[in-house]
Amino acid sequence: MSSGIKAIPDAPQRLEWRVARVVEVRRDTPTAHTLVLNVPGWPGHRAGQHVDVRLVADDGYQAQRSYSIASPPEEPTVALTVERIGDGEVSPYLTDVLHAGDGVEVRGPIGGYFVWDIAQGGPLFLVAGGSGVVPLMAMLRHRACAGSRVPARLLYSTRTLDGIIYRDELARLASPELGVTYTVTRDAPASWTGYRRRIDRAMLEEVGWSAADAPRVYVCGPTPLVESVATLLVELGHDPMRVKTERFGPTG
Amino acid sequence: MQTEEMRLDGNAAGGVLRDIFARDMTAALATCIGCERTSPVGTLLDYGGDMGVILRCPTCDTVMLRVVVSTPGWFRVDASGIALLLIPSQGA
Repeated sequence: MSSGIKAIPDAPQRLEWRVARVVEVRRDTPTAHTLVLNVPGWPGHRAGQHVDVRLVADDGYQAQRSYSIASPPEEPTVALTVERIGDGEVSPYLTDVLHAGDGVEVRGPIGGYFVWDIAQGGPLFLVAGGSGVVPLMAMLRHRACAGSRVPARLLYSTRTLDGIIYRDELARLASPELGVTYTVTRDAPASWTGYRRRIDRAMLEEVGWSAADAPRVYVCGPTPLVESVATLLVELGHDPMRVKTERFGPTG
Repeated sequence: MQTEEMRLDGNAAGGVLRDIFARDMTAALATCIGCERTSPVGTLLDYGGDMGVILRCPTCDTVMLRVVVSTPGWFRVDASGIALLLIPSQGA
């Protein structure tokens, strides 16, 4: 591509592998780390999109995984929040080995289905399980950066209180227009006054909008959570085409 | 349970599909030849591993699209499980 011609993110074009440079590593939780990348020639992205990350060993063996982008389109760098999977091939390298200044191969942005732009409006109902919060955080950051007051609610399920990613930032973002609700499904301390069970029908009715409000719904997390929540929402009368899903697997 | 836990979806296959079709395919709509239900490609169930992509219908489990990327110089695409593929001609 010649310089000076800005690519349109959705125009037909091949995806090139690019060597990104790690500019910062943040430890969000004991197991989730954020890599902030400077990607030369990055064409920009939409909230909810992901990148493929490729690692190549000295013997030529390759491993490739998809990671959601956590940063909003308004930022020039690309932030990936990676949950470390103990026996994984890729995530331990990304969380434990990579440091600022290191290079890593990425291609993207990828995805035109699980995306949200301010212009699509709301209300917005975001449902996350574990590290499934990452693409939803990009949407909330996009909303904040753009100064949007689109009503939004986040329902975020984690096993432990320590496992909540972006907890401080979510506390700052929370407002009358942005509700943040957690449910801690395992090992919640006695002092925890919030939900302490898996997301169920009653919780969706209490936290989310009714189907009559026609919210745009994004559900991201492990497959069992995604399938259960999507099924419950459709049973509650939500239009299946407005309930968008993305499954996160522990593929390391 | 292990298989179910490992199952991803067509969103994760977006990079490989983009490689082949040179455009985003996750927002494309695919009609299953088995149950005739139409689903966004991003919601199809992905059972593929490092060898490629196997996308199944979320309703009836029919294999809709199979892509093998390990044949040097070729992408092998078997789309015989898709009755109709609607691809947005501009960004969704």
